[in-house]
This record gives sequence, structure tokens and C-alpha cells, in this order.
Amino acid sequence: MGRKLLLEKAHIPGIRSYEVYRREGGYASVEKALRMAPADVVEEVKKSGLRGRGGAGFPTGMKWSFLAKPEGVPRYLVCNADESEPGTFKDRYLMEFIPHLLIEGLIAASWALGSNRTYIYIRGEYAWIVDILEQAIAEANANGWLGKNILGTGFDCQIYVQRGAGAYICGEETALIESLEGKRGNPRIKPPFPAVKGLWDCPTVVNNVETLAAVVPILNIGGEEYAKIGVGRSTGTKLISACGNINKPGVFEIDMNISVEEFIFSDEYCGGIANGKRLKACIPGGSSVPILPANLLLKTAKGETRMMHYEGLSDGGFATGSMMGSGGFIVLDEDQCVVRHTLTLARFYRHESCGQCSPCREGTGWMEKILNKIEYGKGQLSDIDLLWDIQRRIEGNTICPLGDAAAWPVAAAIRHFRDEFEWHVKHPEESQRRNYGLAHYADALTTV
Amino acid sequence: MTQFSDTRLAEVRQIIDRYPEGKQKSALIPVLHMAQEDFGGWLSPDTMDYVGSLMQLEPIEVYEVATFYSMFNTEPVGRHVFEVCQTGPCMLRGSDDIISYIKAKLGIGVGETTADGLFTLKTVECLGACGYAPMMQLGKHYREHLTPEKVDAIIEECRQTVA
Repeated sequence: MGRKLLLEKAHIPGIRSYEVYRREGGYASVEKALRMAPADVVEEVKKSGLRGRGGAGFPTGMKWSFLAKPEGVPRYLVCNADESEPGTFKDRYLMEFIPHLLIEGLIAASWALGSNRTYIYIRGEYAWIVDILEQAIAEANANGWLGKNILGTGFDCQIYVQRGAGAYICGEETALIESLEGKRGNPRIKPPFPAVKGLWDCPTVVNNVETLAAVVPILNIGGEEYAKIGVGRSTGTKLISACGNINKPGVFEIDMNISVEEFIFSDEYCGGIANGKRLKACIPGGSSVPILPANLLLKTAKGETRMMHYEGLSDGGFATGSMMGSGGFIVLDEDQCVVRHTLTLARFYRHESCGQCSPCREGTGWMEKILNKIEYGKGQLSDIDLLWDIQRRIEGNTICPLGDAAAWPVAAAIRHFRDEFEWHVKHPEESQRRNYGLAHYADALTTV
Repeated sequence: MTQFSDTRLAEVRQIIDRYPEGKQKSALIPVLHMAQEDFGGWLSPDTMDYVGSLMQLEPIEVYEVATFYSMFNTEPVGRHVFEVCQTGPCMLRGSDDIISYIKAKLGIGVGETTADGLFTLKTVECLGACGYAPMMQLGKHYREHLTPEKVDAIIEECRQTVA
């Protein structure tokens, strides 16, 4: 059984309440942090090797150290709880079941960064979680962990919850800042980066929910101890939200030292493929990252066991690998149609494009239309090449990463499942009656 | 008349207090949520203009935000809005069948409202409930692991709250 740092106590009855959370050792990291110099807290997070859990995997301590500190200008910490990447529902779980862990991490991080007003920007649909968080914040205030002169240090801090209103793009940090300022969620051109010019043009750090919650165990056990968990640059634990055709969909905390195969088939995690079916494909890190056929998912192109950590999932680059991303693990069984699944993702990105950059605004619409033609038996073989061409022209040509996020799933689907696309085109009637099936996607690969 | 109650106005002031002096525009999205709740489940041009005047914003500043975010309805909706997720992870668990079932059961298409004004069916993109699919949002809460039987029960429950 892997080590649990975030969800270890999530199942204790009443842990949502302050009393139980505190009795179980909660808020110790704030006591510890506020006795340290803010710069030392940043140093501890650097030592931990923690990487941003929202999807990009950028080292958190380094991000914190970039924060500008001009005299007399407020600095802000913003928690990104806009969890919207298809397949991802881990932050929701954490906030819903152990909300004080996030609040605790936010207070320690606010101290480290010097943020007196800290905002949690949560996706608008998580309306009931707003109540849970506001309750936890009220309890933290009532017990002196928030407000004026916290623990007699002279540090003032307040946390506010801001609800979004339905826009995937607001998970991109500059779009989130725009939205928090009361505007459309159009990403900003970088630089300047939020660390210099963010919320209301002030230096700002935006971190994911899980990242901020991880600050708690890092401070409790120390950055060096935290860095010993996991493998190489994949330190600590990672929340994986698993869904699709598996026996036990849900949120799992892994120590990044297990194989993909164990994660899917062990009863401790996904419990295998549902209904006795066989594994066909998987998107291991949220809908934006490349889909892999079963054979490349379980083994790398070199024939080695693929591991569930940042480096393991990306082994082989985009040619034969994928990414850890947000940890949204989507499993497809042998009955699923990759063309149809890709169509739903293309529709998603078309719907969520903010419309600012033409390659993304136009390209996502074209991709959806072409995929729609192929899925419904009206495609031509040249459409597959056209689709490939369009995604290439989106990637890298937009202000924010949504363009890449829209291009990658289409690219990977064609790269690994081209024959399934061709079958749709060549068998327009049959493809309306049945799916292509498992075909050769689970066959052992000949390694070079 | 489009006018918040005194309690709601006090709430608006509290929200504005969350931001530094002069940054009250940040309250726009929270206030639009309140307006949608209080004024019939959608943001009519009148409602948007009211929010604009209340917050000292130009009308366009309100319109451009209201039309950007998918949770804001800029057309009237029924009393109960079924927002069924149709993105990949839900599709893998049968959301297409659930959407067809609701359409047949209520006799409406996606984006339509029943003649009695009780139900609107919308399809939405990923709501972050992928492990509990298929699912829909109904008001403030999620309804998960949907089956035709569960959909029947939800429809019945909605009818009861009206009666």
C-alpha cells in the first residue's frame, strides 16, 4: 500500500469539521510556518521538489521564488479550483471531504508569499462546495487561524471564495485572473507573468488546489522527507481521478512508484476493466494529453513497464508516450470507439475556446465538423490528413495552451488509431452499426 | 420590478468588501449569479442593465460577461433545468442513452423547454464528475450514476416540488 499524505485522514468521520480536523493534528503546519521566515517556507517547498498538480508540473517552489516583491504593493495568492479538464475530479474530492486541508495549506502559503487577501477561484458548477469551503473558512477565522494578527505574528490574512460561471478556459491562470477581475476569461499575453503583474496588476501566484494542500505535509514532515517519496523528479504523492470503463472509478492517492498496469488492474485502485472487457486505450492525464493504445500504455516503446509518474507517463515523448497532466485517468474498454470519443473532446474544446486567437477559434470548430463527418459515415480518407493538418496549425500558435490542449488529443488519436479512422471512412454503413473493436491495440509490440 | 431585496443588497455589499478599494467590478460574476437566482433563472436585458447600474458598470461590461460564461442563461428557461454532461468520460458510461431517454420522456429536444414551462434540457461539457458518470446538474447539486429509473425519480421529484 502506498503512502498517503493528502487523503490519509479524509475518511475519518467528521473530518470536515474544524474540531475533528484539529484533533487529528490539523493546522500544525501553520503553527510551524508562522515560526519560520517566509523565505524559509519557500525554501522548504523548493526542497520538496513539489511540482504543480494542475497539469503543467512546474516546480512550485521555483514559481513562488519568482514572485516580485516591490515595496508597498500588495501580493496575492490565488488558488485555482476551476477544475475543468475532462477526466479530472480530484480537487473536488479534496475540497468536499477534507476542506480544512486546503485552508491550512492556503494560510501557510499566504504567509510564505505575503498575501493578505487570498482567493479561491472555484468553478461555478461546484456550487455546494462553495458552502463547504466558506464554512471551513468561518471556522478557521473563529479559531484564530485567519483574520488579524494571526498567532500574534502581526500577519493578517483573509481567504475569500470566488465562484466562476462555467468556462474551462478560466483554469488557465491569466484567464482566471481576468475572470476574478470581473471580465471575460480571455487569457493574457505573457510576459508579463502573473508573478510580476497578475491580479489587479499586482504580483500574484496562482496554484492548484492539490498543490496548495501538499504544502501541509511538506511542512509537517519537512521538504527533504517529502522528496524521498516517489521517484526521481516525481516527488511526493499524486491524486489520480480515474474514470471510464473501470470497476472502481474514483480518486486515488498514489506515491508515483507503481506501474500503470498495477494502477488499472489492482483492487486497491481501479479494480480492472468493467464487465470483464479488455483494455483498449487510455488518456492518463486529463483529456488534453495524448491517448495511448493498451500496448503502449502498459509498456513503453522500449518494452519496459510504464510507471505512473511524470517521467514514466511521458516516456517516448508524444510519439509513443503521454503525460501525467492533471491526473485525470480516462480508460476505454474494447467496445469504445476512439473516433466518437475524440469527437466529444473536439466538441468540448470548440465549446470552451475563448475565441481570442483565430487558429483555436476556427480550428476547433473545423476539427469538430470533420470528426462529425467521419463518425457519421460521411468522411473521406483525405479528411484524416486534413484533420492532422489543422491540429498542427493550432498547436503553438495561440496565446494560451488551450490551443495545444485541443490539438493534442486529435493528433494522438490519428497517430495511434489511424486504421480505426480509415475503417470509419471505408465502411460508412457498418460503422453506424458497430464499433471497430479492440483490433490490434493490445497486441505485444515488437521492440527494436 | 427588477430590484434586489434589502437582504440581497447587503449581500452584494459584503461581496464587494472582499476586494480592495476600487476593485468592485470583481463582484460582477457573483452578483450575476444572484441576479439569475432571483429574477427567473435567466439574465434578461433588463436584469443585466439593473446589475450594471447597481455596480456602476457600462451595460456592455455586463453583457460581454453574461454571454461568455455557460452558466448564465441569456434566454428564458424552465423551472427545472437538466444539464446533462456529454463529454468523453460521461459518453463512455452511457450519457448518449441518458440524453435520448430524457428527450423521449419529456418530449423535448436539447435546448428546449416543455410546454408547461417545468423542464428545460441542456447538454453541457464536463462538470468534473467523470467518476460518477453519467450525470447532470440540477440547480445547485449534481445527480450522478444516472439510469433511466433515476431520471424518472428525478422528474417525479421535480413535479412534486411544484405541486
